[in-house]
Amino acid sequence: MSLLLSGFAWILMISGLVFFITGALGLIRFPDIYSRLHAVTKTDTLGLGLLAAGLAIKSGSVSTALLLLIIWLMVMASGAVSCQLLARYSLEVDPIPSDQIAGIPGESNDH
Amino acid sequence: MIIDFMPDVILAFLVICMAWGAMHAPSRQDAMALFVAFGLLVALIWARLGAPDLALAEAAIGAGLTGVLLLQAARQIPAETSEKKSSMQFFIPLVFVVVTIALFAGHMHGDDALLLSGEPDTGVDRGRLAPGTSELVYGAMTDSGVGHPVTAVLLNFRAWDTLLELLVLLLALSGLRQLYPHNQYPDQQPPDKRYPHEQTPLAKTYETLNRVAQPWPLLLAWSRFLAPLLVLTGGYLLWRGADAPGGAFQAGALLAAAAVVLRLSGLLPPLRWSSLAVRLMINIGALAFLTVAALTLTFGQGWLSYPASQAGMLIVGIELFATISIAVTLTLLVVGEYEDLHT
Repeated sequence: MSLLLSGFAWILMISGLVFFITGALGLIRFPDIYSRLHAVTKTDTLGLGLLAAGLAIKSGSVSTALLLLIIWLMVMASGAVSCQLLARYSLEVDPIPSDQIAGIPGESNDH
Repeated sequence: MIIDFMPDVILAFLVICMAWGAMHAPSRQDAMALFVAFGLLVALIWARLGAPDLALAEAAIGAGLTGVLLLQAARQIPAETSEKKSSMQFFIPLVFVVVTIALFAGHMHGDDALLLSGEPDTGVDRGRLAPGTSELVYGAMTDSGVGHPVTAVLLNFRAWDTLLELLVLLLALSGLRQLYPHNQYPDQQPPDKRYPHEQTPLAKTYETLNRVAQPWPLLLAWSRFLAPLLVLTGGYLLWRGADAPGGAFQAGALLAAAAVVLRLSGLLPPLRWSSLAVRLMINIGALAFLTVAALTLTFGQGWLSYPASQAGMLIVGIELFATISIAVTLTLLVVGEYEDLHT
């Protein structure tokens, strides 16, 4: 494998890890369930995608690359569905008052 | 050298953190989430140790299904009463940990085979079981009827244990049937003493879940896509179990997951206890196993010692029926409600 390709794979994997770290930070720091879901699903989609792409290049075999692609697609789809389901559930159990929805842009500096 | 050990050291550290967190988390929900994470880490450790059978079973049953069961139970029991932890509760586990570490260190000092055998060993004649056991197993593999040593141990050499495991599952399900409250459903619902004016939390959760999930096309489409995929993977694991990691418990857990997904999205009707087919599917694994045992006792060399020529066929047959039983039992344990268990 050429040095260039290997370096590219490392760049992909490291930027994937950055997404994982920011996702974890968001999960800990964000105030409510909706923004936390927003942070975590970024990890599932872009973070894992970059990591899988890097690993696929590193592996150098087509079958491993295809396997990683399938894993990524499955995790992304189930992540999207479960994120929506969690959000719908929490909206049903604990509805957001309508004045809060309208007030979010103005009040976002409070946090 | 250090780099090679790093993943293992990190995993060991994380698994201790998760275990501590699951014991001492402030809220019950947090403890459950940490317990699931603990199960996943244990699965990873099994995979690192070269035991994919155990890793699969731990991930599917230990982390997945047990996690769901615990979360449901946590939601059902009333809010926790905060009690002060006595210092004994801290010191007894500490003593246990210290003694374990001392024993482990002593063992490592006397016998450094565990440290030296860090290199992955691909040869078939030298497994990573204890030396004496692995030689026995590999020596008897030709008579076992299957090509995978773990399957040979589980379904042939130590078939008694697996038979009793199936009976334990059966016992768990009948326990659930006995314990399941009869007043969960609106038709015949005498008011629960703890929640006099409202539905029980679980019934309410299910109602909300149904309302959220029912009219939602994306969830239905995804369940319809996921279920056949899980059936395919489960069938593959079952079939491959004879010659490679896999087998009845892993396949059964995957099939149960498919049924749970379909059930929660409202695509599968209740599995009613009164239906003969359901009861047959629950019992057929243990029944098939016991039939084979009785036949070998009557016509063969004794209880569960298969004739070498038919061993392969018998094992695959038992595993097939066991998978069905495990799948239905686990499904009922997770999503079994009044309609499933008492009508």
